[in-house]
Amino acid sequence: MTQNFLDFEQPIAELEAKIQELRYVNHDSDVNVSDEIARLQKRSREITESIFSSLSAWQIAQVARHTMRPYTLDYITRIFTDFEELHGDRAFADDPAVVAGLARLDGRPVAVVGHQKGRDVKERLHRNYGMPRPEGYRKALRIMLLAERFRLPVLTFIDTPGAYPGIGAEERGQSEAIARNLEVMSQLRTPIISTVIGEGGSGGALAIGVGDRVIMLEYSTYSVISPEGCASILWKSSDKAEEAAEAMGITAPRLKEAGVVDEIVAEPAGGAHRDYDAVATNVKAEIVARLEELTALELQDLLTRRQQRLRAFGFFQ
Amino acid sequence: MSWLKKLLPSRIKTNGATRRTVPEGIWTKCAACNAVLYRAELARNIEVCPKCSHHMHIGARARLEQFLDESPREEIGAEIRPVDKYRFRDSRKYRERLAQAQKKTGETDAMVAIAGRVKAIPIVACAFEFDFMGGSMGSVVGERFALATEYSVSRRVPLVCFSASGGARMQEGIVSLMQMAKTSAALGVLRRERLPYISVLTDPTTGGVSASLAMLGDINIAEPNALIGFTGPRVIEQTVRQTLPEGFQRAEFLLEHGNVDMIVDRRDLRDKIASLLSMLIAQKASMH
Repeated sequence: MTQNFLDFEQPIAELEAKIQELRYVNHDSDVNVSDEIARLQKRSREITESIFSSLSAWQIAQVARHTMRPYTLDYITRIFTDFEELHGDRAFADDPAVVAGLARLDGRPVAVVGHQKGRDVKERLHRNYGMPRPEGYRKALRIMLLAERFRLPVLTFIDTPGAYPGIGAEERGQSEAIARNLEVMSQLRTPIISTVIGEGGSGGALAIGVGDRVIMLEYSTYSVISPEGCASILWKSSDKAEEAAEAMGITAPRLKEAGVVDEIVAEPAGGAHRDYDAVATNVKAEIVARLEELTALELQDLLTRRQQRLRAFGFFQ
Repeated sequence: MSWLKKLLPSRIKTNGATRRTVPEGIWTKCAACNAVLYRAELARNIEVCPKCSHHMHIGARARLEQFLDESPREEIGAEIRPVDKYRFRDSRKYRERLAQAQKKTGETDAMVAIAGRVKAIPIVACAFEFDFMGGSMGSVVGERFALATEYSVSRRVPLVCFSASGGARMQEGIVSLMQMAKTSAALGVLRRERLPYISVLTDPTTGGVSASLAMLGDINIAEPNALIGFTGPRVIEQTVRQTLPEGFQRAEFLLEHGNVDMIVDRRDLRDKIASLLSMLIAQKASMH
């Protein structure tokens, strides 16, 4: 896999380029450079770990948006078996920015809903960069209500820049679609676990993110507005995105402190895109553990706790 | 500068901006038809232009004052105050913005909730104060709204909310986003308890408020020409690079697309809401 290095990863990129060069030498000549390669690889790992141990909020936002970052379907194929994708909101269209369906988690049937971004240009357009329209939220709602009727837990994966700001989306009631999901999810009679795997962009993220437990990947973000959007409104300049990212507190530790996120899942050094299997294993372990807790609860108890959780959000005196 | 302006002594000079405004307090001008209006008369007309029926912004307290019967009245959650948990600072400190908004509006945050009656029907009514940081929804707004729904459930009375908000309050970070979940969950309880909720969307109702409590009415009512939508028109225009259709995201547009039940003139809201509620609560006893 070719790595697309971010600006702040330049020292890593340079080392990796050197390693590549040496590998060519290794092929072409009798000179044994494997010791040197091993030394450089070790150095590369160290630098990666050191850079990633102290990322700023803005740098984390860039990792969360990395074009190689694993998306919902990458997790679905690694965490579940028998995934059956279901399509359409039964009213207007099927929104490819949201995937939903049934699957098995270690044999146990569950409902899965997630935002889906595209990898190449064509798929990115098809998936609308992971920005759902109202029909995406209504499809999600349909699958969640289906899950409720058949007592299947709902597992959602959040990764969107936000709901799509388009003319048609407004005509078809973007606001209502999001609001309805929030209300229905708050009372859905089955466990809900949401995992933020990349960008948790505002209402578009929350619309599938109301649950009993919220898990967040180490280098993912969750915010009320994008740092660029916040900067352009409050600082009157999108150049201040870095400051806005810091000020809003969009990273996992800050969200855990605010009680919005329960668990943080570690990513491999360099980010989830360095090792899809490793991060999917971590995510799965966390989901399985949380689901065990939730299924042990009486349904009424589960619903009361969810209601209390939502009721408690806020800081005031 | 023209030669004439140079010749004029400075105290006679006027600039364009000040010339157009009318002295504050006695007279005001309608932004839509430019009619010069007597301030007191406009207030009596609940901030609706008597000449062209343009609906101007109205403060939360003035709104409820006019909407509710004179007594009894009990304010809900007035003791709750905003805090700057994360010492948020953009070009200015959040604390300063709060202090300024409090001074400007005389309110402690962007929502007022009052239990009272409308034409003798006991209800709880909430209203957003748009002049308080654009009516943005932070922790205090969310908590007051939640308390209002709980009051409504405990007394088994309907809820009415007048929205006027740009959306979530960014200065409170993720917690402001979570107020969408909090208020929607509170309305879920109200719905389960079979208590009516009428949402009145006024100019403007956008973002996180539109995508939570404002769109969840059993009946959604819009004021004429109110801007209502999730994303603001400027951002949409920049994204789709198209000229937006005439009247896009205005109340009439939402009615046409099936997102609100009706458009009601502010001067008729009290009668209309009392009439609707009286029908919804009529069968309460026999249904149980």
